[in-house]
Amino acid sequence: MEINLTLNGKKIKAQIRPDELLLDFVRSQGCRSVKRGCETANCGLCTVWLDEKPVLSCSTLAARADGRTVTTLEGVAAEAEAFGAYLAEEGAEQCGFCSPGLIMNVLAMERELSDPSEEEIKEYLAGNLCRCTGYMGQLRAIRNYLNRKGGETDGENR
Amino acid sequence: MFTAREYVKVGSLEEAWELNQKRTNVIAGGMLWLKMGNGQKGTVIDLSGLGLDQIQETEEEFSVGCMCTLRQLELDPGLERAFGGIFRESLRHIVGVQFRNCATAGGSVYGRYGFSDVLTCLLALDTWVELYKGGRIPLEEFAKMPYTRDVLVRIIIRKDGRRAAYGSQRNTKTDFPLIACAVSRKGDSWQISVGARPKKAERICLDGAGKTAAELAKEAAGRFAYGSNMRGSAEYRAHLAEVYIRRLAEKLEKEA
Repeated sequence: MEINLTLNGKKIKAQIRPDELLLDFVRSQGCRSVKRGCETANCGLCTVWLDEKPVLSCSTLAARADGRTVTTLEGVAAEAEAFGAYLAEEGAEQCGFCSPGLIMNVLAMERELSDPSEEEIKEYLAGNLCRCTGYMGQLRAIRNYLNRKGGETDGENR
Repeated sequence: MFTAREYVKVGSLEEAWELNQKRTNVIAGGMLWLKMGNGQKGTVIDLSGLGLDQIQETEEEFSVGCMCTLRQLELDPGLERAFGGIFRESLRHIVGVQFRNCATAGGSVYGRYGFSDVLTCLLALDTWVELYKGGRIPLEEFAKMPYTRDVLVRIIIRKDGRRAAYGSQRNTKTDFPLIACAVSRKGDSWQISVGARPKKAERICLDGAGKTAAELAKEAAGRFAYGSNMRGSAEYRAHLAEVYIRRLAEKLEKEA
């Protein structure tokens, strides 16, 4: 079947299988940041944005993206790089495998929440698992990143 | 992950119903649970083109389209206002934001899962489901019905002045609940639902006149059956249920 969508700002038309997952589709389009971690909808590694909202691409059919906008880490490369520098500064990564999903969800959180508390950050990111660390480095990096403009963010608390 | 031969984004509920009469076809909500199966499907039926992704509020009730996500329920200011944050509290522990942006209200209710926070929460309220052919029926009745090939269109939550509170316990963040409890009150009329026992949620109604929260909790918790699994024993669940029901009842008494 054919779908039309906007992937990372580019309008594309593609043939997909009816049971093709969005994860496999975006990877076939060259978005290799999107990875299959747990495949049980728990780890958050496959996070992409569907119409600007973070979703699990391992559990979403590509057909559902028809007529919609999909964003992967490749589509927000500059922001991802900026946040990545904060992660590196805190030594927050070990293997780095979980980083693409975490970064996509942190950037989504930044858009959705204004000046989130530590508890709100933890709650928003609870669906992003890291097997190497105790999350402390990531949390320091996230706080520093969100405070980079003196606490100002563009989002709105909902 | 299941395989499927076809995918149809239906243009009407009648089309969805007709396609759904074939046993190998399936209606996909958020697909989080469905995708864990390996079976072969004929046609995946998608309701996302029918405008059923809205929460509508009138003076009498909320109407939740079956394709609304759990995240929509969690963030809806009307539901928050009307039911004292019970939706947010019951949903915020379910995996993560991405998961709740995928999972649908219709899928969660239709599945009547034993681990369901959603079913537990809704059962404590005056909730109905609207089936395409079956019409409106109380959620309590629907929860006990066998699975049929009808289409769950909407979930209706009546605004009957009931105040409600919710609590659950998990062995670890984002896991299934070990026990899930919802308590609602309108005057002396109490409704208590307990899920993850680990059986699917059930509801009981109690007259609370002259009873303390502790007496109410003891009586309520004793009326449910509990089971054991890898997360906890039946005895532990029974104990937790009584503690949570008492705490929730106390919270509602203070609000009164």
